[in-house]
Amino acid sequence: MSHIIWNKRYETMPEKRKAELQLEKLKRMVRRIYDKVPFYKKAMDEAGVKPRDIHKLSDINKLPFTTKDDLAANYPFGMFASPMKDIVRIHSSSGTTGKPKVGAYTKEDIRLWAELMARTFTCAGVTRKDVIQNAYGYGLFTGGLGAHYGAERIGATVIPISGGNTKRQILVMQDFGSTVLCSTPSYALHLFEAAEEAGVDIRQLDLRVGVFGAEMWSEKMREQIESKTGITAIDIYGLTELIGPGVASECLEKNHLHIFDDHFIPEVIDPETLEPLPPGEKGELVFTNVSRKAFPILRYRTRDITALHPEPCPCGRTHVRMERVTGRSDDMLIVRGVNVYPSQIESVIMGIQGVEPHYQIVVDRQKSMDTLEIWLEVSEQLFSDEIRELEKLEARIRQELESVLLIGTKIKLVEPKTIQRSEGKAVRIVDKRNI
Amino acid sequence: MVRQISVFLENKSGRLAEITRIIGEAGVNIRALSVADTSDFGVLRFIASDTDKALEALKAAGVTATATRVIAAEAPDRPGGLASLLQVLSGNGVNVEYLYAFFHKSGQNAVVILRVEDKEKTLDIFEKNGIKVLTPEEVYTV
Repeated sequence: MSHIIWNKRYETMPEKRKAELQLEKLKRMVRRIYDKVPFYKKAMDEAGVKPRDIHKLSDINKLPFTTKDDLAANYPFGMFASPMKDIVRIHSSSGTTGKPKVGAYTKEDIRLWAELMARTFTCAGVTRKDVIQNAYGYGLFTGGLGAHYGAERIGATVIPISGGNTKRQILVMQDFGSTVLCSTPSYALHLFEAAEEAGVDIRQLDLRVGVFGAEMWSEKMREQIESKTGITAIDIYGLTELIGPGVASECLEKNHLHIFDDHFIPEVIDPETLEPLPPGEKGELVFTNVSRKAFPILRYRTRDITALHPEPCPCGRTHVRMERVTGRSDDMLIVRGVNVYPSQIESVIMGIQGVEPHYQIVVDRQKSMDTLEIWLEVSEQLFSDEIRELEKLEARIRQELESVLLIGTKIKLVEPKTIQRSEGKAVRIVDKRNI
Repeated sequence: MVRQISVFLENKSGRLAEITRIIGEAGVNIRALSVADTSDFGVLRFIASDTDKALEALKAAGVTATATRVIAAEAPDRPGGLASLLQVLSGNGVNVEYLYAFFHKSGQNAVVILRVEDKEKTLDIFEKNGIKVLTPEEVYTV
């Protein structure tokens, strides 16, 4: 496999040199936020640590964490480290869980972001010869413009179609000869399904790569997308609080995601004890953004569950790699006292032949007892006109889930299109207990 | 062999009304039907005057529907008529997955729709025992 690398100097930097660079940037960043952001000054004073106490990279452990709650308490502009006159753009998350998260960019930050997305596209084997159909939403959401600037940076042709309007997406894909699709994986699957229904065979089109991110997905979902369409599906990672997409990306080896760690210093901690965990061990991902000027962030607790792998990748990049995110320390469900990760459920469901991943996890409480229901749409491939076969299917899924989750579940077969389709992020979990 | 349409139904009010409305609006007549159900879902099985048209209309409406091949056989319309037909099958070791029956407009006989594991063997047995098997045209236009 031939790998192309966008920025060889930084992406293949020897470990020792990189550590020096990270330390130098960390020191500078800590001095800067201590001076410019009252929240960080207060937090560091309370933790009894001063900028001069950072001598080596592991001293990062002395610094305080930043959480979602801290961002909410300083909403909207309290965490900015640059004056408004230097800020050229503001993005924001949708705010589905509380206050929206706001991120600011200086001109320099926008340039950095384009560089990071250029690395991402190059990781996916995308070049200036490609035609990129960018179906991430344009607007406050970071996905659309982030991918757009990166695509322009590498000199590819961008189709800024934004999200939604599936019919037009299919038409454009056919008529404009798109070779790359950028979207959430669930929207991609929705689009491919709609194309199939309309009698359009993706394999006959020019599409060859999918750059998918902004939500959790599984290895099995990748297999399904790839076998259905013949494209290469690449997982990318990012979040508004750090910069947007462009924090980490898989290369064509598809073996964990390269974190662009010359800008984002990653750690994995135990979410209970907050102690750092050794490489290879799963825990909560924490990031320090040492490069962004307008919105630097110190030891941000992402709530994403993953493990880090420092060993080099055959592609030549020396970036530390993170495993595909398999859960979140906060949307982990606790059902009858048992920890349930939605990703565990998805793996089982995607493993059943013929099932499109249209399902919903419904948690409820009846007579002070938690119930866990999985709603599954009965597609034609799954349907049998014999009740016995359908009941067998239910039983099989239930048994597989129980052996993975160690908790009883109920499978409910529902008619197609019962579960709301997502044009953006999929609503996979309904927890009625909060109401 | 006769083509039957099977439809996945959730057990919620109005579903059967909705499905039959779709079939009716497609200009298709229902010749015979049966519903099998559990507490959560059911399967509607029916014979249409135009199988392809009915399937097309259902799929266009996003309904899970498939066609299954079934056997339509005549049973005499008298006490013990169905029993004698079933006896022939059980005597030859044929298992019936499900069946339902309706009246023939013109004749003296009832029509039994059968889903069996081994269709060829069943047809053979019927032939040897002088039980009349209806052609698809005869069933669709009863």
